[in-house]
Amino acid sequence: MYTETQIVHNNTKTTVDGALDGTGEMVINVGPQHPATHGVLHLVITLNGETIKKLEPHLGYIHRSIEKMCESLSYRQFIYVTSRMDYLSSHINNHACALTVEKGLQLEIPPRAQVIRVLMDELTRIASHELWWGAMAMDLGAFTPFFYAFRERETITDIMEETCGARLTMNYMVPGGVMYDIHPNFQRRVKDFITLFKSKIDEYNDLVTGNIIFQNRMKGVGKLSAEDAISFGCTGPVARGSGVKSDIRKLFPYEVYDKVEFDEILETEGDSFARYMVRIREMHQSVRIIEQLIDNIPEGDFQAKTKAVLKLPKGEFYTRVETARGELGVYIVSEGGTTPYRIKFRSPGFSNLSALEHMVVGSKLGDLMATMGTLDLVIPDIDR
Amino acid sequence: MFSLEGLTNSLQQWLNAHFSSTWVLVIESLLVILLAITLFAILGLVLVLMERKVAAHMQIRLGPNRVGPMGMFQTTADTLKLIMKEGLTPDGADKFLFNLAPFVVMIVAMLLLAPIPFAQNFQIWDINIGVLFVSAVSSISVIGILMAGWASNNKYSLLGAMRSGAQIVSYELSAGLSIITIVVLTGSLQLSDIVSSQQNGWWIFKGHIPAFIAFVIFIIAVTAETNRAPFDMAEAESELTAGFHTEYSGMKFALFFLAEYINIFIVCAIGATLFLGGWMPLHIGNLEGFNHIMDYIPSSVWFFGKVFFLIFLIMWFRWTFPRLRIDQLLNLEWKYLLPISMLNLLLVTIMAIMGWHF
Amino acid sequence: MFIKEYISDIYHAVKSLLTGMKTTGGYFIRPGEIITQQYPENRADLNLSERFRGEVVMIHDENNEHACTGCTACELACPNATIKIITKFDVSPDGKKKKALDTFVYHLELCTMCNLCVEACPTDAIKMAQNFEHSVYDRSKLTKKLNQPGSKIREGVE
Repeated sequence: MYTETQIVHNNTKTTVDGALDGTGEMVINVGPQHPATHGVLHLVITLNGETIKKLEPHLGYIHRSIEKMCESLSYRQFIYVTSRMDYLSSHINNHACALTVEKGLQLEIPPRAQVIRVLMDELTRIASHELWWGAMAMDLGAFTPFFYAFRERETITDIMEETCGARLTMNYMVPGGVMYDIHPNFQRRVKDFITLFKSKIDEYNDLVTGNIIFQNRMKGVGKLSAEDAISFGCTGPVARGSGVKSDIRKLFPYEVYDKVEFDEILETEGDSFARYMVRIREMHQSVRIIEQLIDNIPEGDFQAKTKAVLKLPKGEFYTRVETARGELGVYIVSEGGTTPYRIKFRSPGFSNLSALEHMVVGSKLGDLMATMGTLDLVIPDIDR
Repeated sequence: MFSLEGLTNSLQQWLNAHFSSTWVLVIESLLVILLAITLFAILGLVLVLMERKVAAHMQIRLGPNRVGPMGMFQTTADTLKLIMKEGLTPDGADKFLFNLAPFVVMIVAMLLLAPIPFAQNFQIWDINIGVLFVSAVSSISVIGILMAGWASNNKYSLLGAMRSGAQIVSYELSAGLSIITIVVLTGSLQLSDIVSSQQNGWWIFKGHIPAFIAFVIFIIAVTAETNRAPFDMAEAESELTAGFHTEYSGMKFALFFLAEYINIFIVCAIGATLFLGGWMPLHIGNLEGFNHIMDYIPSSVWFFGKVFFLIFLIMWFRWTFPRLRIDQLLNLEWKYLLPISMLNLLLVTIMAIMGWHF
Repeated sequence: MFIKEYISDIYHAVKSLLTGMKTTGGYFIRPGEIITQQYPENRADLNLSERFRGEVVMIHDENNEHACTGCTACELACPNATIKIITKFDVSPDGKKKKALDTFVYHLELCTMCNLCVEACPTDAIKMAQNFEHSVYDRSKLTKKLNQPGSKIREGVE
């Protein structure tokens, strides 16, 4: 029998077994070790039966003070650390940092490097969405899609390994361009991947998208209106699922995004299924961008000439890019030295997580997984 | 032709010749207990391995392939590991109920082995209310699950147990109704009678579309009753970590795990007996030659073949579908399966009265 | 019509479920599509890209000579203090003192394979090797000395 020791939690008296006195509600901790939180996210949930009454995310379990670490690293060195924030789109993180440094240095990037960067970004985006697709299906209890998604993702990581030298944390972007030129096999293998991807994407629809159980789990769940999406600062597929135009690639084009044709995917329902469809359709758009660029990589340098020691002029520099999860902002304050005075990352996951309570209160515990899955949270990105 | 019937008969004769009738009964009971426990263990190991292999091949993986040829002894090694692990009892748990629960679940699974006709005249107990016995005893397992969930003093376990209770109680209705369709057609609750009534064709063929609908509903309902995905609300890994057996470890966990697989075997055996003719070979109309060849396959092979086909079907569900939400799960039962199976029962009753089936 | 809707609901639901089962069942009967790699067995024909970053090594030629001048550019470029260069003074035959490499200490346990040291090296003395099996039972084995014993700097490298 449990003891009747009283502990104080959130100013409400609870017993050890977590039942709140007199309300029939109980507090339950989802995480920091839980299969559905994909990392060390800690959600304190107040449940009434199966219904969620209150949800409170507790952060900080994987806070590694990346911003502070960056202050002691030079402008060449700090880029690699940012791979460890949102490790699924590490390329795009590095890209954002490189762009900010280049903005400070007023460097002109060779066209070849620009195209290579965009190609790599889009490949990373597809890889990230593939992983999300598998992981989200697993949250809903279907294990098999995970392996199908990883088969395609593996092809991309192989391409990355060949050209960048690593599979996950590539550190391929350097201020002024990319670290080395693309591998001779790169173009052929990317085209092979596109053929494979197009032949397998129907399977995704057969297995998951069209499935009646899946649709019932997703439709009408985790509603987020456009106004709420804006006020919570949601970006990326989460905002676009609610019909908010937020694609940085369209709104503030960087590199060659203004020269390629692609659509900004918008869904208006704002439920989990809309966010799901945004990501699925975004993969097609990424393939479209890659197809336009892969045969048109201009000749020339892959890296601009830079000094051995980079010094940013005194001032503040901010750039934003569209990662697989939304808008990533990099803000550098420079005092004119070789290291940044202050760095701040505006990470998409943090803002998207803040909307979670609004989306799930009043729905069932199972809906929490369906909603959290479509937010595509990467916990190191939230904590940094 | 090899048959288990001859084996049991000669054993009976030998025992009768050497012992008094009381001792014969005692020895036979002991043999049956031993056989049941052996079957329990072997089935558990085989089914877990089968599940892992089926899952792996559907997920373009190889599955276990390190222990023994083709990974055949993987589950044996796993069970050995679980036996040797410490069986923890959490601090705040109700120790008596906590330790009792896995045995309740296991005993229920073992009891259900009794009325199943494994082969021609090879049955532990040919009870005259066989079908009723099965549906009555199988509902006891929910008590074990509720016990485990409550006694663990863990909120995830409690939620899992409560879900399981709601689920099993609901789905028993449509499982029972689809069993009754066959009882209506056969006119007997005795499993051996049901099997022998399928001499000239399995009920799934003889009973036209209503029997097929009953079969589909039966499969869905028993998938839910055994807490298998897509109805694994009681475990719901991504929601409740491991549901009612979150706090169990070592052999107590293994008992839950094995009992789950034995339950699958039992419900599939009932399904095979009721709808697919039990140990009856497949006969097609007047194709004498074909029917003759089919008769040469031993009845136990027929029975296990059918059962494993159904088990494969249930595994196929698990590795394809996402999980339902708890309210959708109950909606499916009360809004779809129950009305359909009631209507279906009515149809079957009319059919049986008018004698429209073959 | 309510009944018609009800039945069409059921029809579409069952159809969508069967499509999913067709996909997984298709893979079940096509074992040729299995993509698992049997790792320890396939070590012989593991095909790693030449750019794959496994660990930092120093290039030595057949005369046991390397190209490291001990300039510490890599040490400065490293974000994690993975590299420590210990230098000494060689006395050349004509009596001049010259700075040279004594020990190239490489802490593999700190390394993130970011390639910045290789990029920084002015003489291409170090490179990334493809070996990725780094597990050892003793942490001290991860601290490596990259220049081979008795090696010296190649003639003409400044």
